[in-house]
Amino acid sequence: MYRYDEFDKAFVTARIAEFSDQINRRLVGEITEEEFMPLRLRNGVYLQLHAYMLRVAIPYGTLSSQQLRKLAYIARCYDRGYGHFTTRQNIQFNWPRLVDIPEILKELAEVEMHAIQTSGNCIRNITSDHFAGAAADEFADPRPYAEILRQWSSLHPEFSYLPRKFKIAVVGAQTDRAAIQLHDIGLWLKRNSSGKLGFTFYIGGGQGRTPMVAKLLHDFVLEEDLLSYTTAIIRIYNLYGRRDNKYKARIKILIHETGLQKLREEIEKEFAVLKASELKLHQSDIDAINTYFRAPDLTDCSEWHYNLKQLRLNDSAFGDWVNQNVTAHKHPDYAIVTISLKSTGGVPGDATSDQMDTIANLAEQYSKNELRVSYHQNLVLPHVALGDLKTIYDTLLATGLASANIGLISDVIACPGLDYCTLANARSISVAQQISTRFSSYERQMEIGAIKLNISGCINACGHHHIGNIGILGVEKKGTELYQLTLGGSAGNNCAIGEVTGRGFTADEIVDAVEVVINTYLSLRQSSEESFINTYRRIGIELFRQALYGTTRKIS
Amino acid sequence: MPLKILTANRLIDGRPVWYCADGGWSEEFSDAAVADTPHACTLFELAARQAIASNKVVDATLINVESHNGSFVALRLRERIRANGPTTHRCAENQNIYGEYRVSL
Ligand code: SF4
Repeated sequence: MYRYDEFDKAFVTARIAEFSDQINRRLVGEITEEEFMPLRLRNGVYLQLHAYMLRVAIPYGTLSSQQLRKLAYIARCYDRGYGHFTTRQNIQFNWPRLVDIPEILKELAEVEMHAIQTSGNCIRNITSDHFAGAAADEFADPRPYAEILRQWSSLHPEFSYLPRKFKIAVVGAQTDRAAIQLHDIGLWLKRNSSGKLGFTFYIGGGQGRTPMVAKLLHDFVLEEDLLSYTTAIIRIYNLYGRRDNKYKARIKILIHETGLQKLREEIEKEFAVLKASELKLHQSDIDAINTYFRAPDLTDCSEWHYNLKQLRLNDSAFGDWVNQNVTAHKHPDYAIVTISLKSTGGVPGDATSDQMDTIANLAEQYSKNELRVSYHQNLVLPHVALGDLKTIYDTLLATGLASANIGLISDVIACPGLDYCTLANARSISVAQQISTRFSSYERQMEIGAIKLNISGCINACGHHHIGNIGILGVEKKGTELYQLTLGGSAGNNCAIGEVTGRGFTADEIVDAVEVVINTYLSLRQSSEESFINTYRRIGIELFRQALYGTTRKIS
Repeated sequence: MPLKILTANRLIDGRPVWYCADGGWSEEFSDAAVADTPHACTLFELAARQAIASNKVVDATLINVESHNGSFVALRLRERIRANGPTTHRCAENQNIYGEYRVSL
């Protein structure tokens, strides 16, 4: 893992001192709320319905055991004993007191973490593949490049006041597990025909009120040009992006209004100037960062395969969990374990301090001290020996974390919604809880198969409803919650925005409506091999609409 | 006119608070004073400005309530959730969105 250098330490320490002073001045009334609000937001502090909320960056979703333990400690000592992992691979604390924020930031700095640039119109936390460095289908580990981007974008003076927030995601495997085409810049690390590493650049993806799938900007940019090409894009955006209307300020709107070709020409012109500048990455610099992400030493042990087979036969619940939550690792004798934060009736993405401590211990003992946060709001142990799977499962079972549901209907993505968020129209978590309860039977979930169900409490789409195979969006109508349903959304290699089914459903109807959609799919699929999204792509939305609006009488 | 109460978030910790008849702020929604005349609303607005100026609270707002079975209930679900806490979490076991406003979970 990356370790802070002197520069990182210095800027985090300086920022804590500066922000602590600003908090103190606010508390004694030397600065007004109007003056303070943009300062606190730049430091990840929001004011939500019940309390302040602190959003802490988890760079490219990578955590050490020590860091997770610190998060558990902060939740226990300064919050209410739990934290919420988000679709941006960050963690949010829902109840910190403003007076405690300086102390919390000092605690975070002890483990090389901070909350800088988790809000505001700047380059946000770089996100990445949660299986990076471990996945069997990886071309190259994207995290060194995410780290290079993190260093370059941290407190970048030119890009501190962009027209709007700016999100970058990077992957390096055959499968896009970071939804890169839904980011302002999506980077796909690849090798060209002569074996050189470089990036395919996508730009202008995003969700929110105007969802758009990113457009291909450049097929292959050499790795040495990563920063100069990225700078060229953001510089052009900074210059031409609209600042008069925040709903039209993202780069996706600039592309839509200006045209990709024209922008590409501008970007290329800028790139031609920057290409030979100090932004050019030297191999020695890349190598230096790469050393932080060296693959851990993993011992071969073919015996584990046989033992695992026996254990799976002896304990069918363990077998189910292995089927659903364990993924192939680069090393054949190892596996990637996804720990579900989606228990039946639970809050998606929430983990208690005790659970975090348990997971941190598991990572320390069995996963080379490494953890990942997925944008699906789950935690990942990336390097687990097959021989340790059963011990891990047993520990998780005792901690309420053994749900065998990754990629199934109860693995719901949900934003905080109206239970916490000032911008929300409707609750998300309660709908997620109802869905995971309604579909709690493992057999039923397996019958339905792979599916993504995502819920947002408002059009800002933090719960990624646009890219759920089934998406649910909370709206407010005459003071009550109403839920709009979308179908056919998808992240990853075949990225698509879902289509709205029609009129919305009340809080009492929405889960029934989901069930109608599921039953329709089950009755129309060609075989149990045909996933929900493939059936949808084959037959379209009409039959689902008929089923929904023909049979659901109580539609408002 | 619709009945109004004055609510805000406390500066020091962000907790929701409600303006009371004695001129203080309470963490309990049920302690809130209710304005039923334009004059009372004007006094509430003055109290809000003073509390903001003295850095006690932020985001002070008048919200609509109505009388229901002898107590007052905020009209918007958002405000009922602010008053009662999250509806979904283990830390919110005692939370109650009551009366006809209960939303089935
Ligand atoms: S989608 Fe809306 S309700 Fe949900 S967290 Fe984002 S801003 Fe809040």
